[in-house]
Amino acid sequence: MSLVYSGVLSHAPGITGRADLVKNTARRDEFYGKLDQQRREIEASGAQALIVMAAEHFANFFMNNMPAFCIGIGETYSGPIEDPEWLKISRTEVPGAPVLGRRLTREIMQTVDVAYAEEWKFDHGIMVPLHFLTPEYDMPIIPVNINCQGPPLTPLHRAWAFGEAIRRACDSVPEKIALVGTGGISHWPATPDSGKINEPWDRDFLDRLMRNDRQALLDYTDEETYRDGGQGGFEIRTFIAAAAAAAGQGELQFYTSELPIFAVGCTVARFNLE
Amino acid sequence: MSLYYLQKFLYELNRDAEIQQQCQDDIDALLGRFDLTDEERTALKEGDIGLLYVLGVNGQILMHYAAFLGIEWFDYLEMMRQGIARHGPVRAGVYAMTGGGDAFTEEDTRK
Repeated sequence: MSLVYSGVLSHAPGITGRADLVKNTARRDEFYGKLDQQRREIEASGAQALIVMAAEHFANFFMNNMPAFCIGIGETYSGPIEDPEWLKISRTEVPGAPVLGRRLTREIMQTVDVAYAEEWKFDHGIMVPLHFLTPEYDMPIIPVNINCQGPPLTPLHRAWAFGEAIRRACDSVPEKIALVGTGGISHWPATPDSGKINEPWDRDFLDRLMRNDRQALLDYTDEETYRDGGQGGFEIRTFIAAAAAAAGQGELQFYTSELPIFAVGCTVARFNLE
Repeated sequence: MSLYYLQKFLYELNRDAEIQQQCQDDIDALLGRFDLTDEERTALKEGDIGLLYVLGVNGQILMHYAAFLGIEWFDYLEMMRQGIARHGPVRAGVYAMTGGGDAFTEEDTRK
């Protein structure tokens, strides 16, 4: 059938792992409510599989062999790699979609050189989204990675092209497929500055994203992003690819910088499919 | 190349329960498989988060390692600050401290 849903959400490990430390519990619970709404929207779309387009954090890929893009075509996956007590998510098995994943990969390869993997361990970048979006772990998952961690990073315009290729591939198969891009906007995670958020920069990026303005979204250099959005800002690639796949304007369903204990501006949004 | 292997050791440790067990059983034998300096080897044996941070270990790799060691969140952040106070700025990579050592969350009692 086609792509039936495209959206974005944050994936920071504190969202689950430090839930109990939050003082602003009303804002936290509002955020969780929006994530649950996203779950319901994905379920209502009739999706038979969910592509989670992530910016992984050295769970599978290292600088010995770092792909710009990778697609999971495994039968099952496991996660989280992190201490489950730290992430507050139990280790579990997650079903894959190997046959569909191969067909999508074959089509995507017509325009973007992607790696593929039958083995994939999920870190918080995928497990936190799944915790909220498929809490029973009963939806077949196709993990996708864009290199946002090990420079040289995947160029933004290639992330856009990848999103377009995913859309074309999804539209070429009979299954209904949902897609989420997961990452952060400005943030300085895993440094002493954890909790620092540049809200004006986030708002400007989200404005470009919701307009789905290709030119404006690709108008960042990595140097500018690092200066204004921190090394965590490199993860805008996953949001940009989700926008490219959708092609339509977005609806920002939630954003707050008022939960710095989660170390990211917490975001939930969806796009119109055009 | 040593920082590369320092990070590679932690990358493999973070994702593999068997290596985590080897680390607890005989860390010297495990570390012998990696091309490390004495400073790096000592930092790993002592779980010296502050020095590993300053040496330039990718922050995500280091964060997962700190979780493996069972270090509480605010203690982990403070260890990185103390590492900088003791050893100077981060020497490599993109996870430098840019906030002057401040705490950015109201939940952090050190703020």
